[in-house]
Amino acid sequence: MSANAKRVVLDPLIDNNPITLQILGICSALAVTTTLSASLIMCLALTSVIALSNASISMIRDRIPSSIRIIVQMTIIASLVIVVDQILKAYAYETSKTLSVFVGLIITNCIVLGRAEAFAMKNPVGISFLDGVGNGLGYSIVLITVAVFRELFGSGTLLGYTILPLVNDGGWYEPNGLMLLPPSAFFIIGLMIWLIRTYQPKQVEKREYQVHRIHRTETY
Amino acid sequence: MKRLRNYLDSIHPHFIKGGRFEKFYALYEMVDTFLYTPADVTPHAPHARDALDIKRVMTYVVIATMPCIIIGLWNIGYQANSAMASMGIEQAPGWRGTILTWFGFAYDPANPLGNFLHGFMYFMPIYLVTLIVGGIWEVVFAAVRNHEVNEGFLVTSMLFALTLPPNIPLWQVALGISFGVVIGKEVFGGTGKNFLNPALTGRCFLFFAYPAHMSGDAVWTAVDGFSSATPLGLAALDGMQAIFANGVTWTQAFMGSIQGSIGSTSTFACLLGGIFLMYTRIASWRIIFGVFAGMVVTSTLLNWIGSDTNPMFAMPWYWHLTLGGFAFGMVYMATDPVSASMTQVGRWIFGFLIGFMTVLIRVVNPAFPEGIMLAILFANIFAPLIDHFVVQANVRRRKRNYV
Repeated sequence: MSANAKRVVLDPLIDNNPITLQILGICSALAVTTTLSASLIMCLALTSVIALSNASISMIRDRIPSSIRIIVQMTIIASLVIVVDQILKAYAYETSKTLSVFVGLIITNCIVLGRAEAFAMKNPVGISFLDGVGNGLGYSIVLITVAVFRELFGSGTLLGYTILPLVNDGGWYEPNGLMLLPPSAFFIIGLMIWLIRTYQPKQVEKREYQVHRIHRTETY
Repeated sequence: MKRLRNYLDSIHPHFIKGGRFEKFYALYEMVDTFLYTPADVTPHAPHARDALDIKRVMTYVVIATMPCIIIGLWNIGYQANSAMASMGIEQAPGWRGTILTWFGFAYDPANPLGNFLHGFMYFMPIYLVTLIVGGIWEVVFAAVRNHEVNEGFLVTSMLFALTLPPNIPLWQVALGISFGVVIGKEVFGGTGKNFLNPALTGRCFLFFAYPAHMSGDAVWTAVDGFSSATPLGLAALDGMQAIFANGVTWTQAFMGSIQGSIGSTSTFACLLGGIFLMYTRIASWRIIFGVFAGMVVTSTLLNWIGSDTNPMFAMPWYWHLTLGGFAFGMVYMATDPVSASMTQVGRWIFGFLIGFMTVLIRVVNPAFPEGIMLAILFANIFAPLIDHFVVQANVRRRKRNYV
């Protein structure tokens, strides 16, 4: 793998993560992360859609008139989402029911359209495909982390296996009901962003203004 | 006292920049300014002058909660002792029973001192955990973020502890105050920059995370196995008749001898505190009367509309005032100067919004019998927007008049 390809795949994982840095695709991160298995399926669905849409849009990028490019991109993305949705309904019916509309809503996921517009329209097929994979993985990392926290602390299980035995079943763990509600994903993503930006201060946005402050240990 | 001052002065060099305990300056500053009025003066213009500083403001709020604490603790003991008498339990379990026996108090609901002591032993652990855990977070953030430990936390911790049910597990108290202090306040930069009331944020977290310990029938009396719904919970099911059928009179609800959170059952105590806060101008009377007006108007409107299926429509405003945490929220929570609106007109609107939303949630929303907590948090979010429109309207009006 060339250095460029490596960068395209690895960059979106932490350094330029679509969720924690660009704050895109939050909606599905809130909705489908109650259980780990549902979010794994969602990650798989989104990663395949974004990789394939990037590749196909890149293939015809010189043929698309720029005035109608968004419509063309949307058509391609929508077709891919329908295919993914049908495959899920055929082979993983139960999970597709829990994901409900959120697979269909991949069409409106900003990450997919954003990568098509920002990357696939300017780059050759191979690298566009890899860019899609990279961004899909970046999305997946966040979703899986959020889902692990939410399922573990909300229901005491992971992938359906009991990790923390619940009080109701004779164990010791009192499940945290907030974790089963969508707002908890906001808090977890917020804390993740905090952690990442502490570790990588260059991701912190420039302040809009700075009030002069005297350091607390200075005496005047 | 002179010696204490000298001692504090002698250790001061260790805490300033370059000193051995530079990291712990916040702790030193906290103790010093708590004991003595700081000598710092504003070196540059503008020289705003006020006899009240934030420390006095916060201390006054804590003083204003005293009636709630006294009546609240008495009520916890009264409810527990009454329940024990009705269930035929001779002695409270565990260390509480040991201490009560040692003091020689029988479990007699008619003995106010015994009731108070019994309630005190439920409140004190909750309050201590709140202070210690929340205090640790405050000091950690003060040390890392270079700001001072603020007295605001004394208010937050007291209000938080008073809004909990007496039977709550202590680890949940710790979790709730951690959430309130860290997510409700410190992540936004500390006191003065939070847009939500930290005490209510912590309570809200517990309410949604552990609903079984924060609502329902079993949590309001500090006796295991005794279950009795709050009057508001009864009313949510069967309307006013349910309250009367349970033998609760308006005077009881007003004085506070009903089921409820530790400090918020007594409307009387809240009003005493409210008068003190309004007299000292710590709390804005506009907010308090705004909340009251919003509640009266909305509940009267709903009385007038009426409903065949929802008995809560028929609850009159003077019952809305005395039940649940309405009075407590109106006096102590809504008037938080940081998270409320700052403009005078905005305060009326802000208060009215809280009163309106409280009644709406209580009556129309079937999921929650009580609405004041969510209403205040909701209005907190709108406070900056309300201020913006008030300021803009003022600018427009003055332009029109003076150009």
